[in-house]
Amino acid sequence: MSERAHKPKKQHDRTDRQTFAYLLLLPTVIIITTFHVLPIFYSLGLSLFNWDLISEARFAGLRNFRLLAYDPLFWKSLWNTIYYTILSVPMTIIFSLMIAMLLNSKIKGIDAYRVIYFIPVITSINAVSIVWKLIYHPNFGLLNNILESVGIPGQRWLLDPRWAMVSIVVMSVWKHLGYNVIIFLTGLKNIPNHLYEAATVDGAGKWSQFRNITWPLLSPVTFFILVMSIIGSFQVFAQIYMMTPGGGPMNSTMTVVFYLYKVGFGDFHFGYASAVAFELFIMIFALTLVQKLVVEKRVHYQ
Amino acid sequence: MTDYTLQTRLWKLVIHSLLIFGSIMMLFPFAWMISTSLKGPDSIMTESVELIPRRQETAEISGWVKPVYKVSVNDTKRRMALTRTLDKGLAEFTDPANPAQTVTLPLHDQTSVRPVSLRWDNYPEAWKSQPFGRYFLNTIIVAIITVGCQLFFSSLAAYAFAFFRFPFKNALFIFLLGTMMLPQQALLVPNYVILAKLRWLDTYLALIVPFTASVYSVFFFRQFFLTLPRDLHDAATVDGCSHMGFYFRVLLPLSAPPFLTLGIFSFLGSWNSFIWPLIVTNSTHLRVLQVGLAYFLSDAGTEWGLLMAASTFSIVPLVIGYFFVQKKFVESQAMTGLKE
Repeated sequence: MSERAHKPKKQHDRTDRQTFAYLLLLPTVIIITTFHVLPIFYSLGLSLFNWDLISEARFAGLRNFRLLAYDPLFWKSLWNTIYYTILSVPMTIIFSLMIAMLLNSKIKGIDAYRVIYFIPVITSINAVSIVWKLIYHPNFGLLNNILESVGIPGQRWLLDPRWAMVSIVVMSVWKHLGYNVIIFLTGLKNIPNHLYEAATVDGAGKWSQFRNITWPLLSPVTFFILVMSIIGSFQVFAQIYMMTPGGGPMNSTMTVVFYLYKVGFGDFHFGYASAVAFELFIMIFALTLVQKLVVEKRVHYQ
Repeated sequence: MTDYTLQTRLWKLVIHSLLIFGSIMMLFPFAWMISTSLKGPDSIMTESVELIPRRQETAEISGWVKPVYKVSVNDTKRRMALTRTLDKGLAEFTDPANPAQTVTLPLHDQTSVRPVSLRWDNYPEAWKSQPFGRYFLNTIIVAIITVGCQLFFSSLAAYAFAFFRFPFKNALFIFLLGTMMLPQQALLVPNYVILAKLRWLDTYLALIVPFTASVYSVFFFRQFFLTLPRDLHDAATVDGCSHMGFYFRVLLPLSAPPFLTLGIFSFLGSWNSFIWPLIVTNSTHLRVLQVGLAYFLSDAGTEWGLLMAASTFSIVPLVIGYFFVQKKFVESQAMTGLKE
């Protein structure tokens, strides 16, 4: 091969490689663009119309958003979502951290415990929702039977507006606990043991070790779980749909996503549902941004 | 020294007790589910807590069905039917073999005869009351194709990001990462409309195609590919191996771990997905298992034995799979926590 022929071939090679790389990316980029990126803009557009998918769309301007601002059911669903978050997130963090710390002590049978605590995570939320619906049954549910056998009066749980959301939260915390335990456990394993040894030599008690070593060094993990749980709370749907099909007594379990589902796919008000979706989008997006920013700056890194 | 070991032992005992208590809390709903799936309606709708399904034995006394008790008459135990309750906690028991013979005894001293009775019929009955075979088949088809395509497309994209140089590489990568921040549920309505325009509603395509790309998988594969020596690709292509040849003959054989981890992760996601298939399918023959369960719950209403049987058989395949590859399973979930 002569020197002169070599250069064009190399050039040709490079464009070839570039074209090939783009081809490799093509399926993923097309699907992500079609089903993740375009829908955002499409959703914004839809929210400016009144449309049921069948008859002709009518331009509504910002009316859907104005209606939303005065829609008591939307505010109720937003409050319910926040209430769910306030109840479930601290419970999740406290219990999963406790279990993770117990699992992190040097005892036998860790693997067995890990397997057990993880079982609810892999089972489908729909199936376990059916099981918990029976557990919460006011007349012959397991929970009331146990409570009454120790003299505590039973409740109507899912049928009582005061208890319905609490019942859903308890079930959801139970379902997702194992996942957070595993994340915490990974974090705990990354804390170097010599810190504890040094603290023990200095005479620090268990609580002081927790306060001064475990909790600060675990803070990135805790923050991750905190944000992921909050984002998860804003997406709760299946257990609500299964356990309280209509959104609960007096709409007490109507969450934002459930409301979105009801408006969009129950009443086919696509424009209005898009406005609800847009609010949801803004909230989750803001949470994700906060996470990205705070994780970079504030949370303790070793 | 002995004091110290005693303290450690006590400490370990406390830890084990707490963990065992927690394990019971984790598993009891499942035990209750299986137990109820083996009960008939009368043993479900009681106010007693019985983990092992039992049935009240009955006897027919002059045309009436009466519960059988084990009663002590003159220090011998006999099986007699409770025929009447009287004042002061007394009750009249009748010998089923000889209805003329009755005794009157304090009720609370006697024990009712409740032999263990497992009602397996709930399973075939639940299975037949909805086309669960079809639901399983749909779920498996959708999960396998989704996972297969997703792993293939994602690893291809990651191959490009890890081994090629091309214009806008970083911009594309950041664009893709950015889409990870978009919540799926906020996009339900526009995606539904897009599928309607494509005329894909109520088809397998609607269940599969949107999930064949995963930025998270691309990212994970890329991280793995970057740990491989960069020269590998150059060496192989100089030796006359084509780019696709490199992917199939070099990259794939080396990438079993990420394929397995991501495969489990997305299989689980596909198997358990609910709101999307609920919205985009309508026909019974396209329903996946989770949607089928939802319909069964609203149809069967209070037939708890059947509902629990259906819950059990819908959970069992994944739990069995989980026991086989539980380390990988847990890993595949834990890694989502490390993606920062």
